[in-house]
Amino acid sequence: MAVMSYLEAIRETLRQEMRRDSRIIIYGEDVGVRGGVFRVTEGLQKEFGEERVIDSPLAEAAIVGTAIGAAVNGLRPIPEIQFADFIFPAMNQIIQEAARIRYRSNGAFGVPMVIRAPFGGGVHGALYHSQSVEAFFAHVPGLKVVIPSTPYDAKGLLAAAIEDEDPVLYFEHKAAYRSLKGEVPEERYLIPIGKADLKRTGKDLSIITYGLTVTYALKAAETLEQEGISVEVLDLRTIRPLDVEMILDTAKKTGKVLIVHEDNLTGGVGGEVSALIAEHALFYLDAPIRRLAGPDVPAMPYSPPLEHAFMVTTDKITEAARDLAKF
Amino acid sequence: MASINLTPELLKEMYYYMALSRALDDRMWILNRQGRAPVVYSANGHEAAQVGSVMALNRGEDWIVPYYRDLAMVLAYGETPREVMLHLLGRADDPNSGGRQMPAHWGLKRRHIFTTGSVVATQDVHATGLALASKILKDGRVAMASFGEGSTSQGEFHEALNFAAVHKLPVIFLNENNGYAISVPARKQMAIMDVAARAQGYGMPGVIVDGNDPVKVYEVTAEAVERARRGEGPTLIEAKTYRFVPHSSDDDDRAYRSREEVAEWKKRDPVITFEKRLLDEKIMTPDELKAMQQRIKDEVNDATDFAEKAPLPDPSTLGRYVYAE
Ligand SMILES: Cc1ncc(C[n+]2csc(CCOP(=O)(O)OP(=O)(O)O)c2C)c(N)n1
Repeated sequence: MAVMSYLEAIRETLRQEMRRDSRIIIYGEDVGVRGGVFRVTEGLQKEFGEERVIDSPLAEAAIVGTAIGAAVNGLRPIPEIQFADFIFPAMNQIIQEAARIRYRSNGAFGVPMVIRAPFGGGVHGALYHSQSVEAFFAHVPGLKVVIPSTPYDAKGLLAAAIEDEDPVLYFEHKAAYRSLKGEVPEERYLIPIGKADLKRTGKDLSIITYGLTVTYALKAAETLEQEGISVEVLDLRTIRPLDVEMILDTAKKTGKVLIVHEDNLTGGVGGEVSALIAEHALFYLDAPIRRLAGPDVPAMPYSPPLEHAFMVTTDKITEAARDLAKF
Repeated sequence: MASINLTPELLKEMYYYMALSRALDDRMWILNRQGRAPVVYSANGHEAAQVGSVMALNRGEDWIVPYYRDLAMVLAYGETPREVMLHLLGRADDPNSGGRQMPAHWGLKRRHIFTTGSVVATQDVHATGLALASKILKDGRVAMASFGEGSTSQGEFHEALNFAAVHKLPVIFLNENNGYAISVPARKQMAIMDVAARAQGYGMPGVIVDGNDPVKVYEVTAEAVERARRGEGPTLIEAKTYRFVPHSSDDDDRAYRSREEVAEWKKRDPVITFEKRLLDEKIMTPDELKAMQQRIKDEVNDATDFAEKAPLPDPSTLGRYVYAE
């Protein structure tokens, strides 16, 4: 099995899928000759040609809107939004068109497409190159929102997203691109959308998280293990739809839940997870549910100390979990 | 010239759809005033632009992405009067949306009429995407989006034209310019006289046509279709026309346009002028015309009765089709 970075896993999956299915096209800003600003699509235009890997005009509503048309007319488009921060000009096309087309046509039309976008901070991207935008989409029925946390998951989830008959938002944490590495099988495999993954079992406390912070949570769990605190880490992998069963299972098992994400606290995915546990597993709890999230400031600042203050880190998770374990 | 394809049969068919649309439209307003249809949007006045244009397409094969005013267009494209009435009354068997969307939100998979929402100009990028796929799949299809002049102020209109021109896509942008976006006149929508002038800035032909003459609209559309099929890219067509009724059944147009202005345009009512032309040019006899009008009346009655008796959607279906089933 090859060891790959998170980015390489995504690129190789795109390549494998495009070889498998000639209906797949990729397009977006700079995805062709340049291979994307992060080089995720590097080499794909060379292999598949300008007709399947298209440098599109700088117009997000058009990128998503035309992908809708292309999907309906028989293709499997994978439009890329260069940074998740620039997805907002396409919000209307995503929320009011893509998400609703199946519903509003009473099942006559569907939109099989995968919108890829790098998100998240910690790379000195400041206000417009650091945002976590997932909660905006997690709110919307008709969309699926996937956020892989490892190279292995990145491959299986992307292949599943491409095969899905509905619009999937596939968010890639940009700090994970080169920092996360792992084993990725050569052959094709699918990880079902909507299924969480227990990345580590424990008995004293559960950390429920997704994306880059899964790695941090696992590190925190190792530290706490040495202190005699046994921590379970549940990786949501898909935040719409949520895996309610696994969320409740872990909450019932340990009785103490810490929810972690980099997205802002208020209205974030943590609120929804917390509500589910409160509704369905209240009497299994031994402590109030805790959330550790990005602070409620409009965006991530540039200057290193400010940026660091915003980020969820291994230390912050360790401290919050230790605190909760004591309750 | 493209018009050589316009046989007497096709001209009669054009008239039939224009008159059918008008008759259905009139019936819808009656149903609204009787409290039986909550809201009506009209093609009234736009019939020539709508029917003339789709007649130049390969109907049911090429894609159309219409907007709410396109009743005559979808009829000429193969949606039946019964289906239109099922939609108006929100019945379970409405093939446009199963009673989920407001009236005039067309979409009929069987005939390649793409589903449409309410946010104006969103359809322009969809048509562009349909055309993108057609170009890649080489399926020979053309896509056509239609929209009012007010909607051309939206970013998506401009993004669509630019995208389509850069990639030379087989798409036609049909503007039905009736001079008003609800109450706002075109001069407050744009600082130029003609929507068609925009085309030059994107690198495609912009054509102005008398939107009250279905034959002229047919001709310019046919040319745009040929251009698209030859791989030469998109065309923007501006059909100058007028709507004779308020924006919707909830609107009162007396607040923003004079009765004299409406009366002046009514002299050029496309249904009446085209009818006269078919008689004058002896393409139709008065008897033939009378028979056709009777047939239309019967169809409208049948559609109304059929839809009123049709079942409403079952509330238990509220949660269906959020995702693929
Ligand atoms: C983005 C958006 N803003 C506002 C509206 C409300 N609205 C519906 S129709 C309309 C006027 C559209 O005028 P025009 O495009 O000229 O078409 P017409 O109705 O005149 O044929 C407006 C403002 C809307 N549907 N979408």
